[in-house]
Amino acid sequence: MTLTEEPSTTMSPSTGSPLVEEDAGAHRFRVHRSTMTSPEVFQEELRRVFEHSWLYVGHESEVAEPGDYVRRPVGGRNVFMVRGAKSKQVHVFHNTCTHRGAVVCRQKSGNAKVFQCFYHAWTFDSEGKLSGVPDREAYGEGLDFSTLGLRSVARVQSYRGFVFASYDPDIVDLVEYLAGAAEYLDLVADSSEAGMEIIKGTNEYCISANWKLLAENSVDGYHALPTHDTYFKYLVARGLEFTGGLDGRARDLGNGHAVIEYLAPWGRATAKWGSEFGEGVRGEIESLRAALVARHGEERGMRIAETNRNMLIYPNLVINDIMAVTVRTFMPSSPGQMDVTAWQLAAKGEHPAVRQTRLDNFLTFLGPAGFATPDDVEALESCQQGFNSGGVEWNDISRGMDRVPKGNDESQMRAFWRRWAEQMGPSDFGAKVTR
Amino acid sequence: MTTVTAADGASDTDTPATDSPATDSPAIDSPAIDTATAVIAAINVPAPAPALVGAGAGTDLAALTRSDIEEFLYYEAALLDAWDLDRWLTLWATERTRYVVPCNDAPDGDPSTDLVLIDDDELRLRMRVERLNSRKAHREYPHSRTNHQIFNVRLGTVVDGELPVTASFTVWRFRNGRSSYYVGQHHYRLVTDEDGMRIRTKRCQLDMTELRPAGDLAIIL
Repeated sequence: MTLTEEPSTTMSPSTGSPLVEEDAGAHRFRVHRSTMTSPEVFQEELRRVFEHSWLYVGHESEVAEPGDYVRRPVGGRNVFMVRGAKSKQVHVFHNTCTHRGAVVCRQKSGNAKVFQCFYHAWTFDSEGKLSGVPDREAYGEGLDFSTLGLRSVARVQSYRGFVFASYDPDIVDLVEYLAGAAEYLDLVADSSEAGMEIIKGTNEYCISANWKLLAENSVDGYHALPTHDTYFKYLVARGLEFTGGLDGRARDLGNGHAVIEYLAPWGRATAKWGSEFGEGVRGEIESLRAALVARHGEERGMRIAETNRNMLIYPNLVINDIMAVTVRTFMPSSPGQMDVTAWQLAAKGEHPAVRQTRLDNFLTFLGPAGFATPDDVEALESCQQGFNSGGVEWNDISRGMDRVPKGNDESQMRAFWRRWAEQMGPSDFGAKVTR
Repeated sequence: MTTVTAADGASDTDTPATDSPATDSPAIDSPAIDTATAVIAAINVPAPAPALVGAGAGTDLAALTRSDIEEFLYYEAALLDAWDLDRWLTLWATERTRYVVPCNDAPDGDPSTDLVLIDDDELRLRMRVERLNSRKAHREYPHSRTNHQIFNVRLGTVVDGELPVTASFTVWRFRNGRSSYYVGQHHYRLVTDEDGMRIRTKRCQLDMTELRPAGDLAIIL
């Protein structure tokens, strides 16, 4: 696997888009604010970015049994993921009857032998095959019903339980697309011997801000201390010894993906006991840590146990393996509005006390009612309002350009923007750009 | 140090510049806000019937009427609307307290195994209030205006000294020209101690299929 490093100063300052400017010699990287506000940019993003990327659909644990299904929008389209009763394979279908269009999966989740369109009662099995048509004899013999099965999304692949789909039939295979991010999905998937699962309960909220602001924010180490003061005060009240701060690095994982990997004072439900957890779970968590080292060796075991990893998988998936593990995806509905959906990933069959610690960790920080995420929401909306104030054309994300990027630098955001610039191409989409 | 003025024009002479480390931040308690809140609270929130708060020793839970309970719930709502959260905290029992809001898609969610939106024990509830009283809960600084409305109050049967109460709620939230709402059902377990009626647990099940219309849940329901 090849990791893309920060570009050297000899590289061209051009990123391919006039809206994203990189000047390595001047240690300057900036993004034109029209990328966050322009309806033209938004329309082109739907076409160039979301139609030509691998998009996260869900986790295989959500459809563990044959016939299990979940319905959700992916890239702005309504699809559903179902495990075929015969093949045991996970399918992702467009949620529309091949007859005249009504949705065939009308529940948010469940288990079904068949999906029947209620309009004219066409019936499809869990493999997508059209298995029932009332008054079939009314159709001529020439009509080939085998072509009228549910339509699969163009590409569907999964990696370590994470299911992705793409509307681009010609896109590279998922593992090639994931590039360096695959290694980090491995670290998440390997953190429990029994495997990881999405647990019941979904955070479905929204933010009145451009979606790319959440891509930036999710891997932004720089904002943690100033923005999340009340969260750190809570940890201290719980008994955390706040020493050492955040220490780590940022990595460009290729294809627009990036991660910050760092050590932090807080405990991790995966396998790092923290003083704020109390003594009750200490033994259990320390035995999890020992088991990780036994399975993966000292170096990798401790990396899984100890390091926090905020990862952005281009364009709109975030997997933050921090005090708990969140899987978060977001989709714009307009330049200034996005829907956010977040799940919690946990070790299957874990000790109830560890599960409780994990849940506490998650919802104290994360989620739309936590002690931190609402303040991120406010920060992003504040940026969007600031853009509308005008007067300033460019956002600066140059931090750390002249050094090996640290976890609180901005190289991970530059990785995202380079890929975005590449996909969006040389148009300025009508923006009046001055330099 | 450059002084940063808050966008709403409030005088924040002690607000640190944005590059200040968190350790230099003002204390989470903000006297300016506490004072203002207390003044507003004194104007807007009439004290409830003494039998409910202040002189409740020996109150027989089973003898309480719906009207008594409504009086208590209206008082709680008024404290929340007045952002008198310190006084609101005094309505809570001090042991085995729990404030829970399940996720919209799993209203039956169990906070010991499932993801929920809020699962506050006594400490977390206190820290939530401390956070919301400070200037560092950015989503709620300045505070939203809220209107907590209670309907369809029904009393259950007292079991083990706890009175179950259900009530429909609508909470309106207004901030920066935007309005949002939360609709659902409260499930209380009420107890009495020497000072009167207390909330032991409060579980707020949202009826909206998603939280999206409201954006987030930084306020208390």
